[in-house]
Formats: sequence, structure tokens, C-alpha cells
Amino acid sequence: MTAQSIKWFWYASPQTFYPVAGVIARWCGTAAAVLCAVGLYMGFFVAPTDAQQGEAYRIIFIHVPAAWMSMFLYVVMAFWAAVGLAFNTRLSHMMASALAPTGALFTFVALWTGSFWGRPTWGTWWAWDARLTSELILLFLYFGFMALQAAIDDRRRAERAGALLAIVGVVNVPIIYYSVQWWNTLHQGASVSLARAPSMAAMMLTGMLIMALAFWMYSIAVTLVRVRCLIMDNE
Amino acid sequence: MKEFLSMGGYALYVWGAYGVTFALIALEVALLVKRTRRARKS
Repeated sequence: MTAQSIKWFWYASPQTFYPVAGVIARWCGTAAAVLCAVGLYMGFFVAPTDAQQGEAYRIIFIHVPAAWMSMFLYVVMAFWAAVGLAFNTRLSHMMASALAPTGALFTFVALWTGSFWGRPTWGTWWAWDARLTSELILLFLYFGFMALQAAIDDRRRAERAGALLAIVGVVNVPIIYYSVQWWNTLHQGASVSLARAPSMAAMMLTGMLIMALAFWMYSIAVTLVRVRCLIMDNE
Repeated sequence: MKEFLSMGGYALYVWGAYGVTFALIALEVALLVKRTRRARKS
């Protein structure tokens, strides 16, 4: 075993992770606030008005980053749940539990901002299209995970049951992502993908990516603060 | 300023989206601060 891997196991103990999490959370929280200020400035004052949608498109600066985070956080949650199931590590299950509320928050934000964007551009607040429906299912998966864990008194059983639900639910994430290709949806296809150049103005893209980074930092910060609460409650 | 707030006629949609988003984020932070205090006490 190398020195590196020993160090990783060392941090897997809640007691040693607690102070580290505090330091990381503080830095990420600060970074989130700064990035958010820069991103909003770019989004509202630097990015030009959209030729087709006018100012309504400015919802993109929170809608797309929130939608990305909602899917990404679910995958991370399922990953920690799987690690917790496989290795029986307390901290992994705590990570999964700590991620769920923030994931649910971003899922709701993605749905809410999408609704407020759909009304002026599509003429409807809601449609039962594949993208919207699968994202709604993601919200229910987060709620289901939290409700299941809260409903079982025995902590270890609650963690294992929640982990199983999280892992099974992960199939929904690629469904959300590819829904706009697989089905004929009202929702447009991806504006940003790794395969080709983004189909939007450079300043719009920059503002959106900065907001995405801000949401990342925010998610790390609040998750780690919540993990610290869980460590204090349980250890 | 007034022109900025009117968002080219889309004020309800743009501010409705941003308002709820940041209100929820503020709520999550406030709840976490409260929870941290409570956990420290016990």
C-alpha cells in the first residue's frame, strides 16, 4: 500500500474529516459568492440581448447550471451510496445524505426557472414532455431518498435502504440527458456539448459557465457543512 | 434603472425565476447555520 492510499483512508474517518471539511467549505463558500457576483454581472450587463427571445433568455444563467447540478449531484450521491454499501463506511453514507437536499433544491430550481422560461417562449408553464417529466422524476427520487431515510429508525438500515434507492434511481440521469434526442420534445436540444462548438454567443456562454462554477462551489460548501452537522449528531 | 428592471417586458419571468432561486438558496444557508448551532450546543 502506498503512502497516498493510506492518507485517503485516514480522511475516510469522520473525526479526521471534520476539520478538513470545515476549511474546504469556507473556501468554496467564498468562491461561490465571488463567482456568483461575477456571473450575474456578466449575465445581466455584459451578455447581449438575445435576437429571438429578448431579455427572457437571461433565465439561462441559472436554469442550465441548476439543471446540470441536479443531475451531477444525483450521480455523486449514488456514487457515495454505492461506496457506503460496498465498504460499509459511515462517512460515505453521510455524504450521500448530505447531498440529497441540495440536489433536490437544484432540481426544483431547474424546474421552476424552466417553467418561468417556458411560459413566455413556448406559451405554457408546463408540458408533459420527456425532458420535463424525467426531471420531475428526479425531484421525486431525491424526495424519496430523504423520506425513506427519515422513515427508518435504525440508522444503518436507513442508510442501506436509501443507498439502494439512490443506486437504482441513477438510471434516470442518462434518460434526462438524452431525452431531447430520444424523443420528440418541446424542450430544445443541448446548446453546449463536448462534441461540437456551442451554439450561443461567447459572452452568454462565459456567463453561464461562471454561474455553473458558482453553483458547484456552493454545492460543495453546503454539502460539507451538512456533513459536519451529521458527524456532530452521530459521532 | 427602470428599463433594467422591466427586462424588456419579461420582468415577471426573469425576476420570478431569479427571485425564487436565490430565496431558496438563502433559506438553505439559513437552515444550515441554524442546524450547525444546534448541533454544536448538544
